[in-house]
Amino acid sequence: MTLRAPPLSAVHQRSDASFTDFGGWEMPVEFESIRTEHEAVRSEAGKFDVSHMGQITVSGPDAATLTQRLTTNDVTVLDPGEAQYGAITDEDGIMLDDTVVYRLPEGAADEFLFIPNAGHDGEMTERWLSERDERGIDATVTNRTEEYAMIAVQGPDAPDLLAAETDVSLAALSRFEVADGAVAGVDSLIARTGYTGERGFEILCPPDEAEAVWGALECQPCGLGARDTLRLEMGFLLSGQEFHPVDEPRTPYEAGIGWTVKLDTEFVGRDALEGVAADGPEEKLIGIELIDRGVPRHGYDVTTPDGEPIGHITSGTMSPTLGAPIALAYVPTAYAQPDESVRVVVRGEPKKARTRSTPFLDR
Amino acid sequence: MSFDVPDDLRYLESHEWVRVSGDTAEVGITAFAQDELGDVVFVELPEAGAELTAGEDFGVVESIKAVSDVYAPVSGTVTAVNDRLRDEPELLNEDPFGDGWMLEVEIADESDDLLSPDAYRDQIE
Repeated sequence: MTLRAPPLSAVHQRSDASFTDFGGWEMPVEFESIRTEHEAVRSEAGKFDVSHMGQITVSGPDAATLTQRLTTNDVTVLDPGEAQYGAITDEDGIMLDDTVVYRLPEGAADEFLFIPNAGHDGEMTERWLSERDERGIDATVTNRTEEYAMIAVQGPDAPDLLAAETDVSLAALSRFEVADGAVAGVDSLIARTGYTGERGFEILCPPDEAEAVWGALECQPCGLGARDTLRLEMGFLLSGQEFHPVDEPRTPYEAGIGWTVKLDTEFVGRDALEGVAADGPEEKLIGIELIDRGVPRHGYDVTTPDGEPIGHITSGTMSPTLGAPIALAYVPTAYAQPDESVRVVVRGEPKKARTRSTPFLDR
Repeated sequence: MSFDVPDDLRYLESHEWVRVSGDTAEVGITAFAQDELGDVVFVELPEAGAELTAGEDFGVVESIKAVSDVYAPVSGTVTAVNDRLRDEPELLNEDPFGDGWMLEVEIADESDDLLSPDAYRDQIE
């Protein structure tokens, strides 16, 4: 299958980036080194091409009704120019995706924009359309993934860097707010969102003008490798790792984002999740830090100190910021509080570890 | 990108190098290997006294993004281990043919699959 290429692909090729297949997209995974890129974001700023993320607009009189039906959070609380994080669940309350839903600023042509994960745009457009048709909801759903480039600029210096290139008052833009404005002369949507734990922004712009935006943000280009280590230090979920409808079927409560579930709204999966909320999940996602030497990796078993299997690692790495081996893992609720002594089985050898609350970094 | 391939070493296809001097061999991984791995964060090596078998794995190198076994270019007994790699695994990135050496081995036998510098250059080009 031919991979989808982001609009900045030629720019990245010239930068000598290395690439990987991510969700059907050929994306830059590394420009200089994961550590260099990671450290740039924590100490200064870095820019990411995240054009592989999907963009779907929902407009029309019942746009809110439809989006409410298909996301766990309450979209009716959003004023124009506000965004929220939520999950998309099936009838059993199992997470199909996580997403940011934007209620677009006044004057924008479409009322809602949501961002499914890479490669999920087709499936999520289909889901919205079939729900609309089944319930006779008056809304227009359009997959605009090819119509947007998306660039994230993240790090303590990101506000100053972006401020120099835009007329939008960034100081007035709170976290999870979005504004229309020009960046380097390119009409864009600027959102105070991100996936690194740092101050930063995500910029949506036309693909054929993305290079002007990318070039104007003079900071370290970063690939998906650094994006992964940064998000892991914050305990943020990665689709396909911390949840997957087949390989890792999880409810938002298990995945630690129960706060995005608003049971007083009507959405697909609500009834199932009401039961989980009442009883509490049997397992939870927890942070783990290795005490022994080693690197925890996806799929490694987690056991009690006596060797009884209790769970598995979903994501793990050597944290570039902490210099410590960290991971996320699903374990029974009884083990899901900090400072439980556990073992992570690294190539057959049980390594001492302890559970930790996330985020691993105080941000 | 072209990588340093010192002429005084021999190589395995799996990107280990060996520097033979008399009946002693120094062993490490190549510049190409460390570049492919990216930032090395963890190295697991045998203890001094361990027996190596040519062609079989003797340790593990982990970068942020990958885990890779390392293979023995010679059979023999490990006489010294580069303990600095325990706390400074990045030496493998910074100086793979020098400070990033891994083991010193008293040679019992060499692998039949050792490559000349030219043959290894051809492989990675």
